[in-house]
Amino acid sequence: MSLLNDVTNKPWDEVGLPDGIEPKPVFSVSDERVALTVFLIIVSVVFSLLLVSYYIRMQLGDWVPMLLPDQLLLNTGALVLGSIFMQLAVAASRREAVVGLAKGAGLLFLLGGLFTIAFVAGQYQVWDQLAASGQGVRTNPSNSFFYLLTFVHVLHLLGGLWVWSRAEIRIAHGATSHDIQQSIRLCAIYWHFLLAIWVGLFVLMSYT
Amino acid sequence: MAYVPLADQDDAHALHDPQSFVTKYIWSQDHKVIAIQYGGTAIFVGLIALGLSILMRLQIGFPDTVSFIDPAFYYQAVTMHGMIMVIYLLTALFLGGFGNYLVPLMCGTRDMVFPFLNMLSFWFYLLSVIILLASFFVPGGPTGAGWTLYAPQSISQGTPGHEGGILLMLISLAVFIVAFTMGGLNYVTTILQARTRGMTLMRLPLSIWGIFTATVLGLFAFPALLVSAIMLGFDLVLGTSFFMPAMMQLGEQSSYDGGSPILFQHLFWFFGHPEVYIVALPAFGLVSDVIATHARKNIFGYRMMVWAIIAIGGLSFMVWAHHMYVSGMNPYFGFFFATTTLIIAVPTALKVYNWVLTLWQGNIRLNTPMLFAIGFIFTFIHGGLTGLFLGNVIIDIPLADTYFVVAHFHMVMGVSPVLVVFAALYHWYPKITGRMYNETMGKVHFWCTFLGTYAIYLPMHYLGFLGMPRRYFEMGNTDFVPATAQALNANITLAAIFVAIAQVLFFINIFWSLRSGEKASGNPWGATTLEWQTPDTPPKHGNWGPELPSVYRWAYDYSVPGQKQDFIPQNEPGEEYEKTHHTKGAH
Repeated sequence: MSLLNDVTNKPWDEVGLPDGIEPKPVFSVSDERVALTVFLIIVSVVFSLLLVSYYIRMQLGDWVPMLLPDQLLLNTGALVLGSIFMQLAVAASRREAVVGLAKGAGLLFLLGGLFTIAFVAGQYQVWDQLAASGQGVRTNPSNSFFYLLTFVHVLHLLGGLWVWSRAEIRIAHGATSHDIQQSIRLCAIYWHFLLAIWVGLFVLMSYT
Repeated sequence: MAYVPLADQDDAHALHDPQSFVTKYIWSQDHKVIAIQYGGTAIFVGLIALGLSILMRLQIGFPDTVSFIDPAFYYQAVTMHGMIMVIYLLTALFLGGFGNYLVPLMCGTRDMVFPFLNMLSFWFYLLSVIILLASFFVPGGPTGAGWTLYAPQSISQGTPGHEGGILLMLISLAVFIVAFTMGGLNYVTTILQARTRGMTLMRLPLSIWGIFTATVLGLFAFPALLVSAIMLGFDLVLGTSFFMPAMMQLGEQSSYDGGSPILFQHLFWFFGHPEVYIVALPAFGLVSDVIATHARKNIFGYRMMVWAIIAIGGLSFMVWAHHMYVSGMNPYFGFFFATTTLIIAVPTALKVYNWVLTLWQGNIRLNTPMLFAIGFIFTFIHGGLTGLFLGNVIIDIPLADTYFVVAHFHMVMGVSPVLVVFAALYHWYPKITGRMYNETMGKVHFWCTFLGTYAIYLPMHYLGFLGMPRRYFEMGNTDFVPATAQALNANITLAAIFVAIAQVLFFINIFWSLRSGEKASGNPWGATTLEWQTPDTPPKHGNWGPELPSVYRWAYDYSVPGQKQDFIPQNEPGEEYEKTHHTKGAH
């Protein structure tokens, strides 16, 4: 492993440019990709800690499993579509970067974001319905966690949508798909990641 | 997509100098300006926290002489003092201040990799400070729950600031964490990806290793604080019962039921203990560089120092429950956490030995930064040893919640990092401002601060052994604390006031020297690291002029035998300084 070599060599023994004249980053991907990866680890820590709390709170005796509304399935579908369009946008932007067209990838990218907005709106509707039907946030710890986890998840989606909207603005100002290829790809990674987290949360909350 | 290393992206970056005052000093994306903004804001709130601590000491030393200090105010002062010092001063100053200033300069880059994000980081930090300070002006005042914000008491009626102060505190923390995350992603990515040619990981100065590891700790530990703040916020605003048990409030049954206060403590300390090292590791790094430079000697055991920093960082996530021995958790936990706590003392002690061995037979210059650095070694050993007492369950139980604990953590994570802050500020002052500070005034400042803090905290250990409890507004009838303890308390208060006033010397020094100090050369200390090799002092936007530096050697080539001067800068090519006699341990 080169990283292991890097931190075990004896720097005082060596004078000169060991890697030649090229600077040597630790990872041979773009800076944005490194930052996103670190950020995904941080987000994983956030949700892991929430799940640990979930598990501990579950043991405390007053836990009544919550019946989740069916609309969540519909919302999940929207989020899945968002992810699919993002992935298609990645593929399209790669093709177009060679050929030089901009519209197709831009459209798919737009759809990816819009379906996610639909998911957020759907989640809001679910909260509304639940609260109206007497399943408020205080009814039971399982309800509290439902609101908490969906809220934190939506917050992360909104963060993604903020980045997405900045890329959309650049597209509106005439950026070619070559220019925003990286933005599309990083958005897609983040979208898949949050989809995976949502599916995990959904399954967990359905069975406990 | 093609990867272009930062160093190869054209040098046009340097040509886009911000022109107007606003883009240059206010909405600046230059890491050096952001560093000064961060540092200035942190020191400003730190002064507020210092003032609060004096008010607390007045109450303890001279009970009921200051009319406006009532129990509620006292608890608010305790809380805000702790929270500001740990998070808004030390974390922000070490990582936002020194991290921002030194990372690009020491790694040989023109700026952070995401300058816009870096700017946002500062403005979010400022926002969090404003929200925090706003809590002084809401009805009920700031929260008085203690800096640990333990549920249930932090959000219960009867605790000062439960009306609004606690909510503002939680919001402020969340905003701070967002700010820290934006800054932290920048530091990590810059250090990993953007180092200049020749700057291998093991050629990085220890300052960068300390800042890097602390940033990683922060990125992974602050989520625990975020999660506990959000859940506590839910309990407070929406009335959920994550942490809140069924209980009586002001004679009535509260609406809460079934939550777990211990869960809050676990979450809080899973952040809280790494936080100690988020403050300590940058201090370790900076002090290593100050000591090596002013002892004219390579740092003893560089690789061990790096590995120790990483080991401490890893272990710091496995010791959190040693803050909770008396919380009623499972006693077997205590055994486990006492063991890990003793293990983390090993790499820490290794670092202390290496600092002392770096001094051994060095050509020591006892100037102001060096005095502060050596002072740090004293206070850190002192605080570290009392940590061994408290890390053992059986000794901790009688000492828990006494002044012994107060003395311990102030020595180890209050005084020690602050001494490093001063060492580093004096050390890098010539680079940051282009002027020398006044050496005499600096030395007087050191002796007043160093001896003064000992006069404050050494007696507290004794008070702790007597059983004097911490956090009490006044002692009342406590038979086991003799009346003479009051005399000691009065003296501690006088020492605290003395130390606080002595800090005026520091501010006079840095502001006076800004205009009237002697002009500093680019490398007044004869240091090896890159930040001292910039073409301009203070460094201009873009740091390096037309061409980025190349690094040919490690950061500690001091007093290499057979050379004409006692240091070789990192960007000095090899031919002229062949390391023919350079053998390990020969100097």
